[in-house]
Amino acid sequence: MRASPRLTQAASLGLMWGLAAATIGVLAFIIIYILAHGLPHVTWGFLTESPRSMGREGGVLPMIVGTAWVAGLAVVIAAPVGVATAIYLTEYTREGRLTAVIRFGADCLAGIPSIIFGLFGFVFFVITLGMGLSIVSGALTLAVMVLPTIIRTSEEAIRAVPQAYRDVSFGLGSTRWQMVTQVVLRSALPGIGTGIVLSIGRSISETAAVMLTAGSALGLPRTAFDSSRTLALHFYTLSREGISMPNAYATASVLILAILAVNLSAYWLMRRLAAGGR
Amino acid sequence: MRKEKVIAGVLAALALTAISALAVIASFIFKEGLPIIAKVGLAEFIFSGNWHPLDGEFGILPMIVGSLAVTAGAMVIGVVFGLGCAVLLTQFCPPRIVSVIKPSIELLAGIPSVVYGFMGVAILVPLIREHLGGPGLSVLASSVVLGVMVLPTVTSISVDALQAVPRAYFEGSVALGATVWQTTHMVTLRAARSGIVAAVILGMGRAVGETMAVIMVAGNTLDLPHSILDPVRTLTSNIALEMGYAAGDHRKALFATAVVLLAIIMVLNSIALAVSRRLPAGRQAGRAAKAAAR
Repeated sequence: MRASPRLTQAASLGLMWGLAAATIGVLAFIIIYILAHGLPHVTWGFLTESPRSMGREGGVLPMIVGTAWVAGLAVVIAAPVGVATAIYLTEYTREGRLTAVIRFGADCLAGIPSIIFGLFGFVFFVITLGMGLSIVSGALTLAVMVLPTIIRTSEEAIRAVPQAYRDVSFGLGSTRWQMVTQVVLRSALPGIGTGIVLSIGRSISETAAVMLTAGSALGLPRTAFDSSRTLALHFYTLSREGISMPNAYATASVLILAILAVNLSAYWLMRRLAAGGR
Repeated sequence: MRKEKVIAGVLAALALTAISALAVIASFIFKEGLPIIAKVGLAEFIFSGNWHPLDGEFGILPMIVGSLAVTAGAMVIGVVFGLGCAVLLTQFCPPRIVSVIKPSIELLAGIPSVVYGFMGVAILVPLIREHLGGPGLSVLASSVVLGVMVLPTVTSISVDALQAVPRAYFEGSVALGATVWQTTHMVTLRAARSGIVAAVILGMGRAVGETMAVIMVAGNTLDLPHSILDPVRTLTSNIALEMGYAAGDHRKALFATAVVLLAIIMVLNSIALAVSRRLPAGRQAGRAAKAAAR
């Protein structure tokens, strides 16, 4: 006997709502669990002190500074290159062999696991170029890693700019570069910003690649050539080696709050993008 | 006009950064890894189960099996949940609820892998140990954790694929008297098939490549697993665990592990590309899949 179509529909709908609810439930559980265990330990002192006795006591100031350095520098390096690539692909060339090669490179790069970026950064930046385990090595490695994201989001944002804007700009006698900088980029800015913000998020949460390139020094980094442990790696070390669970939870809370802030700003930018398009 | 030419040249040079970086990465990994594969012998390296790097024995079979096992398990969970969410989001969900579920799934993609690993150790591993037996650190635990981690990839690419199906297919089917669900599984899902396959394969790539979360929940033993409750070590964990102290041939063998990992990823990505190019309805989805950079 065949079940009636309406019944099958109701059953499968119920199943899918269940799956979606479970997914959201997992997300909510992770965030609430970490924050509930960690936030009570996130005091002013925790945020402004250096760790003592391997992180058993004290705070995470050097890790916050190190994470900001590594993620910030990575994006400062990757953003101009990524946006330039997107501009080149959309405004300066026709689809052909060259664009196919460029896209192939970006697509492949996007699929490479972070541990391989870490290995590469280790032999190339740390050893071959002699930068040592340092913020610069970590940032350069992450820059290569987030480059495809920035290229893709920027390209989408630039393509979404109506052709009429370009025609008008040319009609008023502007050169191509003037058209790009004063018209196209201006209106694609929220979209490009979204990509950059998401890349910052990815850099903050990355662990495997920075472990092999930025090292795990506990001190406050003074220059970009110092080694520095990021928040994610500090959390990993604290929890895995069982150094201090309260501090591990507190570090994870700081990390989660940073990610939440990043995602909220990306979301806000995307909303602005949608509003601007209307 | 001269200035314009210079600008075009500079942009072209910068645009070649990605492909050059790829070439440099591949050449460095291969340069470090290939000699030891040649020395040990490819068959020995891939099919031997003896990994005693300090005695010069390099066989990564258990790690290959481990990677494949946790990936297969992860895909069961990632595909069921990811595709379920994608179908719900594109076919049934009122826009107001889409605007809650979609950002949540994006946020799920943003959570650091160490946090996933930690939650696995804190919640999942004890549950498995108490209720199913074994050490808890296992293929099963890794599969669940990885499944949640690849879910956003599978969902977002499947959503693109499903949205690329022409609206007329849906309307035609419903006009013939089919219910929305019948239309979904008989028409829409079929039309989006290639994009969905690409989503699944790219999700696999994500799962194979994940490192930190797996290290924390997989147990990292060097034995071949006999059941899903056994601990395993994956290719990625092998690299991350031993890189800190490896030297000489040992270090080269870790790069060789990366060569094998890279080969697996390349095969998966090529399949994803080939599949997503095949069907016209999947073309747009295929582009989205190709560009699935996150």
